[in-house]
Amino acid sequence: MTAALSISNLSKTYGNGFVALKGIDLVVEQSDFFALLGPNGAGKSTTISILCSLVLKSGGSVKIFDTDIDENFAKAKQNIGIVPQEFNFNAWEKVFDIVVTQGGYYGMPLPLAQERAEKYLKKLGLWEKRDQNSRTLSGGMKRRLMIARALVHEPRLLILDEPTAGVDIELRRSMWAFLREINASGTTIILTTHYLEEAESLCRNVAIIDQGKIIRNSSIKNLLRELNKETFIIDFEEEFTSEPELDGYPVRLSDTSSLEVVVEKGKPLNDLFKLLDAQGLRVCSMRNKSNRLEEMFVNMVEAGKSKEQEQST
Amino acid sequence: MNFAEQYIALVTMSTREIRRFLRIWTQTLLPPVITMVLYFVIFGSLIGSRIGQMEGFNYADFVAPGLIMMAVITNSYSNVVSSFFGHKFQRHIEEILVSPIPNYIILAGFVSGGMARGLLVGIFVTITSIFFTDFQIQHPLIVIVTIVLTSLLFSVAGLLNAIFATTFDDISIVPTFILTPLTYLGGVFYSITMLPDFWQLVSKANPILYMVNAFRYGFLGISDINVGAALVAIMGFTIVLIAIALRLLKTGKNLRA
Repeated sequence: MTAALSISNLSKTYGNGFVALKGIDLVVEQSDFFALLGPNGAGKSTTISILCSLVLKSGGSVKIFDTDIDENFAKAKQNIGIVPQEFNFNAWEKVFDIVVTQGGYYGMPLPLAQERAEKYLKKLGLWEKRDQNSRTLSGGMKRRLMIARALVHEPRLLILDEPTAGVDIELRRSMWAFLREINASGTTIILTTHYLEEAESLCRNVAIIDQGKIIRNSSIKNLLRELNKETFIIDFEEEFTSEPELDGYPVRLSDTSSLEVVVEKGKPLNDLFKLLDAQGLRVCSMRNKSNRLEEMFVNMVEAGKSKEQEQST
Repeated sequence: MNFAEQYIALVTMSTREIRRFLRIWTQTLLPPVITMVLYFVIFGSLIGSRIGQMEGFNYADFVAPGLIMMAVITNSYSNVVSSFFGHKFQRHIEEILVSPIPNYIILAGFVSGGMARGLLVGIFVTITSIFFTDFQIQHPLIVIVTIVLTSLLFSVAGLLNAIFATTFDDISIVPTFILTPLTYLGGVFYSITMLPDFWQLVSKANPILYMVNAFRYGFLGISDINVGAALVAIMGFTIVLIAIALRLLKTGKNLRA
């Protein structure tokens, strides 16, 4: 089956000499829900901007559903819907007009554009706001408006750059449900996010990009399998003056009545609880210090930094 | 995009542009009419009566074609420069750039808005001038061809200004320091035959002189320069500016990183 996106040796050097992408290779299969993760300035937005022609590549090739952007960018663009990180619609235009006009830019006849605008504004809970100027919408509504606009021509590949940034948790969950529904209907989705819980919850495959290079490309399942330790925060009834000794478990005092305990993969938690019991410590609650994917992501990026420091010294 | 899709995209862009300037008609359509009335009151009734005849016509009749042309130039130019720069500034130019619209449709879409405003203002100020002058249109075809070409030329020029502009200052510098002086020195208020030979020659380097004179010929049947040459010059300028604009859109100058 043709890949939804196929990137080969893609590079980008900006006019000021900054090298944003250093020859990345990436394949996203059709119907995938794919996460592109990386710290700020890693090259995520540059990659996405190249796919929709807002940034011109310096080298390499990009194929969208087998159409090379160097040969027929217009055809490739017909298959892409983009939801950018920053709001980029006319603040003085009405919500309905923004979506319908975008349909027109893709060559859709007016009745069809209006029908699709209604469909997606309703699905995203914006139909009641259709006659309002976009500047009057809340931040979450503006994000949903950009999603409706990106979907009006029903692209086969939807790219979302930080779609839930600044969105409250309830709305975020409803957006997740909507994106799952879109993906289930066959639309390939590529997502960048800083909420790694979001990537873990939604995506099947992930690429981690750092300093313009893909440092990992795998299924989320495989990635998490490699996570060899997890940090838990345990709250106690007792107050500590110093860290208690827990043999085989590195411990750090989080506050006077909480401990951070590192548990290696394969070690049963029962052993830890036996040790706590033996010392007469009573556990009130227990939680992960961070999301599992987040832990792995931080480790990888940190490892990359250390390697770079070693090379430079 | 096939032809039908490109046509829809063009109509979408044109409609959006026209709706924009109609929505703010008090800023776009009304001021040129008021300015025209003031020009006619001052140059027609107050000063014009003392100036007397110019090239065999009342002064108000003589300046009317140039004043209409000035309004068309200014409005065509400012519509495109402000709209395109607004698109850049608010970043909704990205809505167009990410779509499959070819560059010549992007150009045509913005230029059609500029031409629509320029020509609409031209019609309004012509109607206004009827109340203050008694000129007859001698060559209607020349009037139509000249006004359409001029409106096209300055709409494209406005687009070029907006592409290069990175601040709001940049979109006012050209109209203030280049366009207005060229218009005022382009034979709107006088015949260049009144100037010494040297300044007549210098005046002929001013493209607006050709437009004003071709337009005046259409209305009054008089011109300081050959009308055929004037129309060829306008077309030449237009083709050159369109070629530059398409090149800049292709390279993504100040639009794509």
